[in-house]
Amino acid sequence: MTPHILIRSLDRGAIFFLLAIACIAILVPILNLAVPSTSAFYVPTYLVALFGKYACYALLALSIDLIWGYCGILSLGHGAFFALGGYAMGMYLMRQIGTRGVYANPILPDFMVFLNWKQLPVYWYGFQFFPYAALMVLLIPGVLAFVFGWFAFRSRVTGVYLSIITQALTFALMLGFFRNNFGFGGNNGLTDFKDILGFNVQAETTRNALFSTSCLAIMIGFVLCRAIITSKFGKVLIAIRDAEARTRFLGYRVESYKLFVFTLSACMAGVAGALYVPQVGIINPSEFAPANSIEAVIWVAVGGRGTLTGAVIGAVLVNYAKTYFTSGFLAPYWLFMLGALFILVTLLLPRGVIGTLRHWNALRRDRASAAAEDGVREPLPAE
Amino acid sequence: MEMLTNALLYLNGVTVSFDGFKALNNLSFTVETGEMRAIIGPNGAGKTTMMDVVTGKTRPDLGDVMFDGSYDLTRLDEAEIAELGIGRKFQKPTVFQSQTVADNLELALKSDRRAHAALWWQESAAERSRIDDLLATIRLTAERNRLAGSLSHGQRQWLEIGMLLAQEPKLLLVDEPVAGMTDTETQQTAELLKQINRDRTVVVVEHDMAFVRELGVKVTCLHEGSVLAEGTIDQVSSNERVVEVYLGR
Repeated sequence: MTPHILIRSLDRGAIFFLLAIACIAILVPILNLAVPSTSAFYVPTYLVALFGKYACYALLALSIDLIWGYCGILSLGHGAFFALGGYAMGMYLMRQIGTRGVYANPILPDFMVFLNWKQLPVYWYGFQFFPYAALMVLLIPGVLAFVFGWFAFRSRVTGVYLSIITQALTFALMLGFFRNNFGFGGNNGLTDFKDILGFNVQAETTRNALFSTSCLAIMIGFVLCRAIITSKFGKVLIAIRDAEARTRFLGYRVESYKLFVFTLSACMAGVAGALYVPQVGIINPSEFAPANSIEAVIWVAVGGRGTLTGAVIGAVLVNYAKTYFTSGFLAPYWLFMLGALFILVTLLLPRGVIGTLRHWNALRRDRASAAAEDGVREPLPAE
Repeated sequence: MEMLTNALLYLNGVTVSFDGFKALNNLSFTVETGEMRAIIGPNGAGKTTMMDVVTGKTRPDLGDVMFDGSYDLTRLDEAEIAELGIGRKFQKPTVFQSQTVADNLELALKSDRRAHAALWWQESAAERSRIDDLLATIRLTAERNRLAGSLSHGQRQWLEIGMLLAQEPKLLLVDEPVAGMTDTETQQTAELLKQINRDRTVVVVEHDMAFVRELGVKVTCLHEGSVLAEGTIDQVSSNERVVEVYLGR
């Protein structure tokens, strides 16, 4: 990778953000493993798992922000790529169970024995090997996004129509995965995992390692997104978002640009799903539910689309609120609160939390140096 | 490839209909290399549709559209036509509002348009000086780092003309460049277009007759999708049919 792309992508804000995530990735395991449980600084293991879940959601939000915030592609089916990555990881984890399953079949997962299947379906082959499963985590969402995007973008399906067909995509996959004869455990999905890479998934150390890995994945995803948006490619993306037809008349092949980011974004969502599954211990077809994808879009809107850091912060904030409110007496009203939040953010804070802060900052800088300004301005976040 | 015509732009018998309405009806005209041509005509005469056909946005039902003697524009899409060297300025100024003036020009600058090239791209000194030149030409040097969305209407029109120039096209199609401009801005725009015409072919669609007179070039008047009259501004504006359907009253 040419270094100029990396150097260009890291401004002060980006480095600060990366350092903050790195600190969290190191600090949380220390506070969990090295601090005695009686200490006020102790982080209980259930919180490590919870934070790990947030980290995966944050990566999913990052992938949505890349296409929605910078290219104007509103995918309401990104949960599908997340779930597919999750299933690929789930298949690896199922094959690791071996004879420790209820039916003690060394090859077949329990649900297949239960369904009286005699042999492993061909598409399960190879998933006992981690590198193969890891490749599939990227490849399955990536190939699906590529094929889907190739047809959609070439036929110039945009705006709300694209959103609707992405929604249909995730719904169709959900119906498929609910079926027992699909070979993915039907509505129970895949669960009862034992080991990942030889380590017990329930162990404290494994949970901490998974959490730190998820943070690392956010950092890699963030740098990747930054590298893209600070290149000329990123300027073209914003041009497409703001005036697609104009970009075409400048001679840019809009569909190849869209296809590239859409596929990359799907791969990122797949990785997020793959890290999510060992931490929550289950993957089932409800992950494909259209509502999940819509919720992820709300995280990005709350944090501020077209800001990257906002997507991460939005995902953590909204999910923290969800954890907080769904465990108290307010639990039955959570969905109403989420809906109200989306409406309020759209009306009062259209730039989202981070977008608004940046906007104020830009206004202040403008006033300070209205006459002579020679710093290069970053493009505005989307509204 | 065999040259079918010497003209830079050649339209012959072009017909476009939308739900039975003929936006262009057997339209034929040619523009020579190095020429500046003004196209006038009442609303609905087919001026914008003509531009849509030339730039590949609309496919004609019938007729030939040739560029540079050998390219059949009816078979190419927008990106390919832009690549050939036809640039278009829209009626409503469309610049990329959330990006700076310099970024707008950079996006338009003639370069490899493929996705991977844009990903690995690095600004060169040549590109930078080209942008400086363009900024000077369109009188926006001082606004270099301002967001395009914060420019005045006239400045946006110029920025768009600058973006056209940045593409280094052989042919510029300019749709209503002075709509909504002040008199001074209009005059400056006329100068700018004349300056551009020194090394490029220009087709201007305009309603403002004073502006067209200022340009002092050959005029084509369209009406109901075909050519009504062609000649100098004086010949065209004294044509009885033109007076009747367009200049009127």
